[in-house]
Order: sequence, then structure tokens, then C-alpha cells
Amino acid sequence: MHILEGERVTKYFGGLAAVSEVSFQVDPGEVVGLIGPNGAGKTTLFNLISASLVPNSGVIRFKGKNITGMAPYHICRMGIGRTFQTVKIFPNLSVMENVRIGALFGCGGRISATEATRKAEELLEFVGLPQVSSTPAGSLTFANQKKLEVARALATQPEVLLLDEIMAGLNQTEIGQAMELVNRIRQSGVTIVMIEHVMKAIMNICDRIMVLHHGRKIAEGTPSEIAKSETVIEIYLGEANAAG
Amino acid sequence: MNKISFNYSKLLLPGILLAILVVLATLPLYGSNYSIVLLTSIIMYVILTVSWALFSGSTGYISLATAAFFGVGIYTSAILGRTFTASILANEYFVVFIVIIGGLISACLAFIVGAITLRLRGIYFAIFTFGLVELIKNLLLWYEVKFTGTRGRFVVVIGNETIYYVILGILLLLLLVTYFIRRSRYGLALESIGEHEEAAAHIGINVTMVKVIIFAISAVFVGMTGSIMAMRWTYIDPYISFDPNLTFLPVLMAIFGGTRQMYGPIIGAVVFAYLEEILLTRFPYYYMLIFGIVLAATILYLPNGLVGVVQKIIARLAGGKHAHSRG
Repeated sequence: MHILEGERVTKYFGGLAAVSEVSFQVDPGEVVGLIGPNGAGKTTLFNLISASLVPNSGVIRFKGKNITGMAPYHICRMGIGRTFQTVKIFPNLSVMENVRIGALFGCGGRISATEATRKAEELLEFVGLPQVSSTPAGSLTFANQKKLEVARALATQPEVLLLDEIMAGLNQTEIGQAMELVNRIRQSGVTIVMIEHVMKAIMNICDRIMVLHHGRKIAEGTPSEIAKSETVIEIYLGEANAAG
Repeated sequence: MNKISFNYSKLLLPGILLAILVVLATLPLYGSNYSIVLLTSIIMYVILTVSWALFSGSTGYISLATAAFFGVGIYTSAILGRTFTASILANEYFVVFIVIIGGLISACLAFIVGAITLRLRGIYFAIFTFGLVELIKNLLLWYEVKFTGTRGRFVVVIGNETIYYVILGILLLLLLVTYFIRRSRYGLALESIGEHEEAAAHIGINVTMVKVIIFAISAVFVGMTGSIMAMRWTYIDPYISFDPNLTFLPVLMAIFGGTRQMYGPIIGAVVFAYLEEILLTRFPYYYMLIFGIVLAATILYLPNGLVGVVQKIIARLAGGKHAHSRG
């Protein structure tokens, strides 16, 4: 069974179809890449899955269950975690509290305060932020804020994790660390869907790639298939290569 | 963070609070009648301010409905007081009963209003809540003129000391509730909503429910205070009960004290209410003018309120960098 699937998902903003009749399937344990030029509808699709937005038509299923139209907190508790394209940590709370709060509210059942603290410590260790746990999250470097956001999402014990451009704005060393982090998350058994513009990362990590363009899914396949696809090279890779 | 000073301040504050409460509780034994009346009015402001900060201080949703919840409490007291006058005069515990009813009715109102409007962001929520004050006031005016033919009504009178003890009890309850909410996971949830509501929703917080329930809880104390203050004012009408000043002053007092810590609004309200009393008696004509200048200066120069200034001084004296400390 697919862990996450969408059936002809469509979202209009006014007259513009931001996401148009997109169907997709994600299997347990996969890492799926979502690429496409700016404005292709990638983040909108994430917002539809995580229920920031409600689709105009189409159905989204999680583990076979229709989750279209549910509240965001409910989706999260069911097991879909996400990060944001523009980092949305809680800047005045400490790094520790940022993660603890995910542990306290994100799991389906109740979890004790000490249990949440223990889990947060574990996750800060996992993403590589254990030394700064008591500083306010807002004072972290950009790269560390991104790591923190991943830790916070992981604290909610997701089965599927939606990563929205976690490597954008990072330098080469940091991209290497982020790639390694994504690999470790996958090894821990979490299914990952990631939007990314960093081609090196997408090509190396993903099992499968979906390409969106003007809200439509125009291609899907393994990284090597996508790299060879004429249409994709024309609309996306060509452009990215030209830009450096 | 400096661990030693953190623990120390954690013990120090409840200690000071306890001492103050003991002094306050024994006041009627040695204080003058004037001091009791003055403290009643200061405590009233403290309750309104702390209640306001409980919800608005952390979430950033500016509620201007304080006067509405307060007025509902007043009217509950006036109406029930008339029905149960004999019981009240015979048994003062009945006062507590009426006060609790006033609080509950305010909470119900807050719950309904919250459920409807807490999806509104920022300024829209503020405007709606202020509209609520005017709406209820005008509804009551219309009702009184149309059906009873008179404006305003008398409230059953009870002793100042009883009022003082009841309002002190409300304050104590409020402080306990605030303390435990702030320490609990819901306190953390409220702050996360204030920082980034969208992110809060996506890590599993039922943001609407948390907001509505805390809004309703904060209204309980405002309504209770309205109910007991009505018995001190003896005569009330819609203009007295739904006075916009009671909406704005708590906001200003909380900003004046600083909203990040629990004791900020308390200090702000005490200083401000006492200042109001002094200015009102010494400079009856210029009091609003001076008040306004103090306020403008606070907003311009003390963005974190009085508490922020004190913390900065302590941090400088200690030599450490207390970039992050929360109460």
C-alpha cells in the first residue's frame, strides 16, 4: 500500500491553477524528490498535503485514509511532519523548547514532560545541535535554524516527512551535512518527500523524482531517467545549468 | 545561561509574592478604610491586566473585550443581587456564589466570541473585540429604555472588607491559574502561537482550541471582578459598566510593566493604578495629560516595559549575558 497518495489534486488561486490534476504515490521508506522551476506549485502541493490549504478538487490519502480537509494539527498527529521554505522556528523560545513542543503536541497520544525533554535531547543530538540547546532559537545561524526545524518536525514522530528546500541558502559544507542528515532520517525509517533546487542532493539522495511545471506533473522517474528526459532538461535542468 | 542565578530568581519571586500576599490578607486588621478601598481598586486593575496578558501577552492577539467581560460581570451581579438580596444580606457566602456565576457567564461569552473571531488575525480581532463592548452596551441601553423605562440600576450593598477579601481571593486564584498555565505545555503552546501560528499548527497544536479556551479562562476572572466591583459601586448603568477605559487601561498597564514575564503586568498595574490615584487627587485637571506623556514615553523608550529595564540593570550588575530568561 502507498503510504501517501494524491488523486487529481487541484488548487486554484483565483483563476490560476497553482496545482492542476496532480496524482502521485509515495511508498513507505522512499525518498521522493519534487523539483520544478519557481512557481511550479511545489510548495503549494506541500501545503495541500499538510492541510495549510484545502484542494479545490482531488483526494489526498495517508495510509489509505482520506485526509483531505482535515485540520493541520490532526494531519501532523496522524504522522505527516513538515518543514517550511522560509524557516518558521519560534525565535524567542530556546532551541530545546522548540523541539520539546513538537514532542509534546505532535504525537497522537499524551507524552510526559520528562519524556518530551529526553526525546528533544536525543533529536538535538541527532541533528547536531546539542551544545546550543538553551540559547534562543532566533540567535542560531541560518543553517542551524534549518536543522532545528527538522528536529522539531521529527519530534512529532512523523512517518512521512515533507522537507521544503532545507538546503537552500546553505554553503557546500552545510549542504553535505544536510544530505547526510536526510540519509540518516531515511535510515531511521521515515519516508521523505523533499523539494529541492540543489541538483547534487536530489540526484544523490532520491529514489524517485517528480517534476512539476505550471502546476502540472510533467515527468516522473529515477534520477537517471529524469536527468536524461528531454522535456525536463528543456524546462528545468537546462535553465539551472545555465544559471550555474 | 547562568544556572545559579536562574534558580535563585525562581525561588525569590514566589517568596516575595507570598510575603506580599500575607501582608495583603492581614491588611483589614490594621489598615485604614481608605487603604482597603485603594487596594481594592489596585487589585482590580492587577486582575484585569494579568488576565489580559494571560491571553494577549503571549499570543499577540490584542483583545479589547476586557470591558465587555467586566460589564457582563457587573450586570450579572446587579440582576442576581436584586433577586437574592435577602440571601446576600443574611449570608455573605452568597456573594461568592454570584461572583462565580458572573465569571462563568463572561467565560461563556468569551468562548462564543473566541470561537467566532479567533480565526481573525491581528487588527481585525482587536476591532471585533472592541465592537463587542459597544454592542453589548448599546443593546443594554436599548433594552433598559424600551422595557424597564429607566437607565441603570442599584446593586445590593455589602461591606468594603468583604469586597476586599473576595477580590483578593480572585487575584490569588488568577495568579495560581496563570502560573500553572504558563508552566504547562499549554503555556508553551500559547507562546508558540504568538511566535509563529502556522508552524504551531503544523507541529500538532490545535491552535483554535488552545486560543479559545485560554481566552475563556482569562474572561472568567474579569467577569468575577466585575461582579464584585458592582457591589462596591452600588449604582451602575451601561456607561459605567462598559467603560472603554477598562478595556484600554489593562493593555497599557501590561505594556508598561512588560508582558514577557508573569510579574510584568502585575508590577505595571500596581505602579500605574497607584499613579492614577495620585495624579487624580493631586492634579485632577492635568491627570490625563500626564498619564498620556508617561505612556508615550513607555512605548518609545521601554519596549520591554519596567521589568525589561530592571532585568537589563540586573544583567549588567551580574556581568552575565541574560539574553534569554523567562518567568
